[in-house]
Amino acid sequence: MLSFALKRFASALLVMFAISVLVFLIFFATPGVDPAARIAGRNADPATLAQVRHSFGLDRPMPVRYLLMMRHLLIDRDLESFVNRGSRVIPQILQATPVTLSLVVGAALIWMVAGVVMGTAAATLRGRAADPLIMLVGVVGVSLPAYWLGEVVNLVTQKQLHSSVFSWVPPPGYVGIGRDPGQWALHMLFPWLTLALLYAGIYARLLRGEVVTALNEDYVRTARAKGLSERRILLRHALRCSLIPIVSLFGLDFGALVGGAALLTEVVFGLPGIGKLTYDALQNLDLPVIMGTVLYAAFFVVLANALVDILYARLDPRARHA
Amino acid sequence: MTAQEVVTVEQAPSSGGAVLLRATDVSKHYTLRPDGLARRRRILRAVDGVSLEVRTGETLGVVGESGCGKSTLGRCLVRLTELTGGRVEFDGKDITGLSSRRLRPLRPGMQLVFQDPQASLNPRRRAGDIVAEPLLVHRYGDAAAVRRRVAELFDVVGLSSAHRDRYPHEFSGGQRQRIGIARALATEPKLIVADEPVSALDVSIQAQVLNLFADLQERFGLTYVFIAHDLGVVRHVSDRIAVMYLGEIVELGGTEALFGAPAHPYTEALLSAVPDIDDGTGTAKASRRERVVLSGEVPNPVNKPTGCPFRTRCAHARDLCARERPSLTGTASGRLVACHYPLAG
Amino acid sequence: MPDQPLLDVRDLRVSFRTRQGTVTAVDGLSFSVAPGEILGVVGESGSGKSVSMLAVLRLLTNPNVTVSGEVLFRGRDLLTLPDREMRSVRGREIAMVFQDPMTALTPVYTVGWQIAEQIRAHEPVSRREAHARAVQLLSDVGIPDAASRVNAYPHEFSGGMRQRAVIAMALSCGPSLLIADEPTTALDVTVQAQILDLMRQLNEGGSAVVLITHDMGVISQIADRVLVMYGGRAAEEGPRRAVFHGPRHPYTWGLLDSVPRVDGPRLRRLPTIAGVPVTPGSLPEGCAFAPRCRLRHERCEERPPLSVGDGDAAHRDACWLPSGGRAALRLTTRTATGKDTDTEVAS
Repeated sequence: MLSFALKRFASALLVMFAISVLVFLIFFATPGVDPAARIAGRNADPATLAQVRHSFGLDRPMPVRYLLMMRHLLIDRDLESFVNRGSRVIPQILQATPVTLSLVVGAALIWMVAGVVMGTAAATLRGRAADPLIMLVGVVGVSLPAYWLGEVVNLVTQKQLHSSVFSWVPPPGYVGIGRDPGQWALHMLFPWLTLALLYAGIYARLLRGEVVTALNEDYVRTARAKGLSERRILLRHALRCSLIPIVSLFGLDFGALVGGAALLTEVVFGLPGIGKLTYDALQNLDLPVIMGTVLYAAFFVVLANALVDILYARLDPRARHA
Repeated sequence: MTAQEVVTVEQAPSSGGAVLLRATDVSKHYTLRPDGLARRRRILRAVDGVSLEVRTGETLGVVGESGCGKSTLGRCLVRLTELTGGRVEFDGKDITGLSSRRLRPLRPGMQLVFQDPQASLNPRRRAGDIVAEPLLVHRYGDAAAVRRRVAELFDVVGLSSAHRDRYPHEFSGGQRQRIGIARALATEPKLIVADEPVSALDVSIQAQVLNLFADLQERFGLTYVFIAHDLGVVRHVSDRIAVMYLGEIVELGGTEALFGAPAHPYTEALLSAVPDIDDGTGTAKASRRERVVLSGEVPNPVNKPTGCPFRTRCAHARDLCARERPSLTGTASGRLVACHYPLAG
Repeated sequence: MPDQPLLDVRDLRVSFRTRQGTVTAVDGLSFSVAPGEILGVVGESGSGKSVSMLAVLRLLTNPNVTVSGEVLFRGRDLLTLPDREMRSVRGREIAMVFQDPMTALTPVYTVGWQIAEQIRAHEPVSRREAHARAVQLLSDVGIPDAASRVNAYPHEFSGGMRQRAVIAMALSCGPSLLIADEPTTALDVTVQAQILDLMRQLNEGGSAVVLITHDMGVISQIADRVLVMYGGRAAEEGPRRAVFHGPRHPYTWGLLDSVPRVDGPRLRRLPTIAGVPVTPGSLPEGCAFAPRCRLRHERCEERPPLSVGDGDAAHRDACWLPSGGRAALRLTTRTATGKDTDTEVAS
């Protein structure tokens, strides 16, 4: 198990390296494009361009350029955004990370619990009215895009009913958990629900299918022949095996969301997270920030992948030798 | 073990025809991915130095337990898989190294029938189209000729040609296997390699399909390599039988001789393990032979025992068996057996 | 049967509601199992042999299934038992082993855990004690080095080992009846011999066994009594010797004759049963076997009762043929089959 985990992390490091090289090639070696002009942003003056050329070693060989880029990113951490004069990229990312993590971790908890409960309930109530009803809720959740649902939530809680039912809802924005945990949770509540609704539906549907399949497996029949209670058969046998594919999907979704895929929710609710940062950088063609967030996103996706594989091996003994 | 030895001792009267298929020292090894801490590559010897020949018009049965390499051998014999070593000659031509383009004109002559008719027939194609496919691939003739031939093939295997527009799932298991046989017959093959063709069928249907195999052989002079795990089935269809264990042939001989007095301890154990039907006619083997129950299970083909592959489960094993791998050699009664201390002559 | 039967099944009916209407998988089946005996149940696919045994243990969970009749186990009707009491019968008094050992165990738990789970479901023992018993059981069924193999996962066992583990689990609470549904069909013949030996051993230990199989050889080796099923009904039942030495029902003849043997004369063509086994959806009104029977006559339009023939009173069959001279009739059908073109009747 330990050697498996170590090997998996080693290969994750290798993937990270490959991604960083790829990012480097895209930003610095795209033929016919002057990387300095890109980095310096629109309407840069010759002095800035010269400075960029020098600091990224654009007149030196490729491997040196790559090393300089990595040094700016990881060691000196002095990558500068030229669009937002002077603001450093790495501190911006570090500032945005807890916001995104708050959003995604909270939403993930909600959608996992809701998805598992709904999916399992629907599977066991198969053939009765409750099953299609639960699945309908799931479909609705999947079909409401975050940007639309978020706007509706904002409209309702901030405007229409703000004076009556939802007077307790604070204005959009982010309050650090360290500063005031109560306000933090209050600010995050609707973003959590909005993001979770989308995923809860998908997970409930997926899990329902898995549990229904598992309940028809031979080992469930064996469990019944052993004289176990239906509750134990469902939870310890059918659900336990059904969770394996769900967990691996969860890891991938979680990694992608932390990496910036929660962008729409962040933008709608004015949360200054990674998604928002990327969004703004893209709008301004702020290349250094894009470079930083791409690598940051890659880091989380690769890390999530590695963790999923290790967790998978933990959950499924058959995967340990593969 | 060389081909020469096989030739010299071959004398079964039923196999008077010319040699249609000859396998010489055929091996098929698979390299497995290194496992965890063990860094070195592990090699699975699925088929390990098999030599045999099949004469025109005869049925060679290949029998053994799961994992003995009998299916892999079947695929090697018709070059559905590349050999790791050795040579296969079909109809006098060495087909071992032929490119797939060079092999193509020979393909119609050798066909396969698979175990699971459910899985080997494309569920989205009509039965008639499935049977017609090899005809189209090998440019049998125009559409009308193909249609006539398909109708003829349906008739030959005992299916109503009115059913050619049905899909595989609309047929029963036995009928599906008949479709598979019709497809194999389409190109008028000389050799059919049948891999467990009746093991998925109910006994009453199994008997019908076995009779069909017998009728087709008589009618078209077919040569069969019949791979199965059921000893009763193999005995019924085969003129000669090869018994496989861990990728090797441990005994090869005429059906009557082999079943009458097995020479290899594994053959004996295999035969005695078959629960025979005591119907009061007095032929039950309990009266004839002591029951030999093997202990343990077949070793992993990745770690084959040294010397004789069977020695770890053999009641007669001695020191020599661990040191030296016995080669397949002829006995006085004209059988081939790979054993240092064979039971019968 | 001198003793009162352990299991007494009376007029068992199992039907499934499908889109094409109701189909009957088990159609008025009655049989009994005496304490300590081995009953062999034989039949082809669709004969209802597995479904009827699942119905006995109430393991048919499909909501479209209807089960009726009586299943008396030690005099109590299992079909009307409250769920809680039924659970304490399952696994403790009646255990069941299924065909495919590869899928019968939950893949994510160790073999020992799964055995201990069953013990703890029925007996108030500690985890440690249940584990120790699991080791003992695995060693009893012939798994070498049981103390360490008890912690292995199912996928780390070979097919034969898994079936041993499943049997060990079935035996864990000392059931008085073991129902084994094709326990050796997925196994190699040398392993099958080992598993059959194991079944014999546990039968000698006092458990009655119902062994479901399609293999006449297995039945011939191990059963005390035989029940031949066709189309969800009993075609013939009786002591093993009587059924094998003097089979009475034409379907039993066909089953015995169409198996290629490992001894005796080799026939160029095998005697066959024409047509395909009936499916629950196409069960005829009269004798279920009549459409495939070479000796059918007008009387076969009517359903034959299971009745005693001219010999052993325990040997009964469901056929309208005259009870005398069946052996001679069997010979005539056997010679007739050689000429028959045994193509399947198109369905």
